[in-house]
Amino acid sequence: MPAVAETLDTVRAAAEGGYKYGFETDIAMDLAPKGLNEDIIRLISARKDEPGWLLDWRLKAFKAWQSMAEPSWAAVKYPPIDFQDLHYYAAPKKKMLASMDEVDPELLRTFEKLGVPLAERAALAGVAVDAVFDSVSVATTFKDKLTEKGIIFCPISEAVREHPELVRKYIGSVVPAGDNFYAALNSAVFTDGSFVWIPRGVRCPMELSTYFRINARNTGQFERTLIIAEEGASVSYLEGCTAPMRDENQLHAAVVELIALDEASIKYSTVQNWYPGDAEGRGGIFNFVTKRGACRGRNSKISWTQVETGSAITWKYPSCILQGEGSIGEFYSVAMTNHFQQADTGTKMIHLAPRTRSTIVSKGISAGRSQNTYRGLVRMMPKARDARNHTQCDSLLIGNQCGAHTVPYIESRCPTAKIEHEATTSRIAEDQLFYCRQRGLSQEDATGMIVNGFCKEVLAELPMEFAVEAQKLLAISLEGSVG
Amino acid sequence: MLAIENLAATVDGKEILKGISLEVAPGQVHAIMGPNGSGKSTLGYVLAGREGYEVTSGSATWNGSDLLAMEPEERAAAGVFLAFQYPVELPGVGNANFLRTALNAIRRARGEPEMDAMQFLKLARAELKKLGMPDEMLKRSVNVGFSGGEKKRNEILQMAILQPKLAILDETDSGLDIDALRIVADGVNALRAPDRAMVVITHYQRLLELIVPDQVHVLANGRIVKSGGRELALELEAKGYAGLGLAA
Repeated sequence: MPAVAETLDTVRAAAEGGYKYGFETDIAMDLAPKGLNEDIIRLISARKDEPGWLLDWRLKAFKAWQSMAEPSWAAVKYPPIDFQDLHYYAAPKKKMLASMDEVDPELLRTFEKLGVPLAERAALAGVAVDAVFDSVSVATTFKDKLTEKGIIFCPISEAVREHPELVRKYIGSVVPAGDNFYAALNSAVFTDGSFVWIPRGVRCPMELSTYFRINARNTGQFERTLIIAEEGASVSYLEGCTAPMRDENQLHAAVVELIALDEASIKYSTVQNWYPGDAEGRGGIFNFVTKRGACRGRNSKISWTQVETGSAITWKYPSCILQGEGSIGEFYSVAMTNHFQQADTGTKMIHLAPRTRSTIVSKGISAGRSQNTYRGLVRMMPKARDARNHTQCDSLLIGNQCGAHTVPYIESRCPTAKIEHEATTSRIAEDQLFYCRQRGLSQEDATGMIVNGFCKEVLAELPMEFAVEAQKLLAISLEGSVG
Repeated sequence: MLAIENLAATVDGKEILKGISLEVAPGQVHAIMGPNGSGKSTLGYVLAGREGYEVTSGSATWNGSDLLAMEPEERAAAGVFLAFQYPVELPGVGNANFLRTALNAIRRARGEPEMDAMQFLKLARAELKKLGMPDEMLKRSVNVGFSGGEKKRNEILQMAILQPKLAILDETDSGLDIDALRIVADGVNALRAPDRAMVVITHYQRLLELIVPDQVHVLANGRIVKSGGRELALELEAKGYAGLGLAA
């Protein structure tokens, strides 16, 4: 039997062990009725005690959404989604607790199963955790330390109440309410998410982190995150996700907006491990995400790093709009698909100003019968004098039933702009596997090691504690997935 | 004890080994010489269990257990080590990480405790020093961007750390200048031990001046055509394969 086929067998056997994070938590839910209409939006807005302007904004987005069609250009196939058959609001009944002691012990156990013992982990790693459990934030830590620096890090619903002027100024300014089908849906029904504001000249003293988790059955999760770095400010934000095992597809349509002013920098790192569906392609999360950052200021910088191993469908293009002269956009991505997973992911780098620079490093790994597409746009506008882009796009195939596709869109309207694109596609070589096994590594460990090596450039961009987690995640996804 | 009996093997349906018998006792070093295409490397791969090298008849046992029935990693755990003629590059995989993972996989398989990063680093640094390699070697990706000599030294480093019981060195001398050859040979000689058997595959007798074998076998056209003491290597050097009546 050829080595690769044997690898896949090993992996298939391991896959029967099941999804490591597949469990469901039994916490009483406050559930809105299924379906989407103006009344549901009013209900969400009322539950959150929102001001009138935000309700109006939601309703406008809903109107826009109603007139839009689901996008069909991505290389993903899935059964039609019945948007009226979903719950748009679910919240654990106890909410906004004053201290950790008041948190539902069941919930804490869930975090522990996920390997996120909230308090200890936060304390040990120096990470402030704004834990999103379904839609309502349950606990926020390290707030005092951040407050001292004047940093705002809170659930976006709280920001709407406490800092309405900031939210109103920036929300929808990077991803407008009617930007695209899923962004419009999110704008209409988002229930929570994080808000970060770093004041002028402040470097955020710790990594900011949120653990998202979808839990309620049939509840689409619509997170909305807004991060603003004022002049000379800097922040690193980590987002990590796992979800319980289930049969039905779940919709996830998040929106993330980043705004960097003069000399500011924002680093946004994601590890995404939502339930990918089973080995036959049943179930799994549908992940339609709009992430976009605006480098508004001179020499500002926005850096996206993502490790995507989960979800049945991934539709995600974290992008940078380089408006400020000399601003920098970066996109580092690992996307791993297995079984029947489909990923269509990449980035857009829109160069509007002189001397702007962008770097794209994309590593796609496909196994099983999965399809993995890199889709990226680099656009140089007429004023982007001496702008530069470098794109490196590598695909690794495991087995012979999967697909890797690269779809670069390159547009230059500026003669002095430079664009470089490199792409490779390879297989895990038999001689590499044999070499590792001759040294005593199992087929599975050997494959994990080779894949981690393939992704190294991207993993190196993650903050330390996240990089370790991501490596483990790739190995876990390999056990139950790749080979 | 390595005991090979009447071993035949094919690659892509072509018979390369045509009935090889060989015994190597612990503590001994046997050299296998022979012209290109005689099947030397194939023998190494068959013993290590490479895919695509199909054994059609005969047997190979190591201390009584059937080598040919084991997976490559099981053979490694049983003490088999193959120093590759062309060491394979593993982009992005750090040498230290690779070696420690390999060592711990083997230790686990043997029921020994794993080595932590600090213990391993101490061990690796000591072995690097012996081979005249800088510590920086541990940080680089496995064999990526290594010169020919560095790759061969890296193989010996792995051998020194993994401490195999049966070491097969496949043309470890090829591509080495005389200084590098000496360092590699010193590394191999340092690993000679009463409980360790070695099979040294080489083209040239110059390596055997530095690693003095107990026995020399000449492989030609898939068969061992002549065996003898180290003087056989000298005879070969003087007369060439043709002088022994073998087509080169």
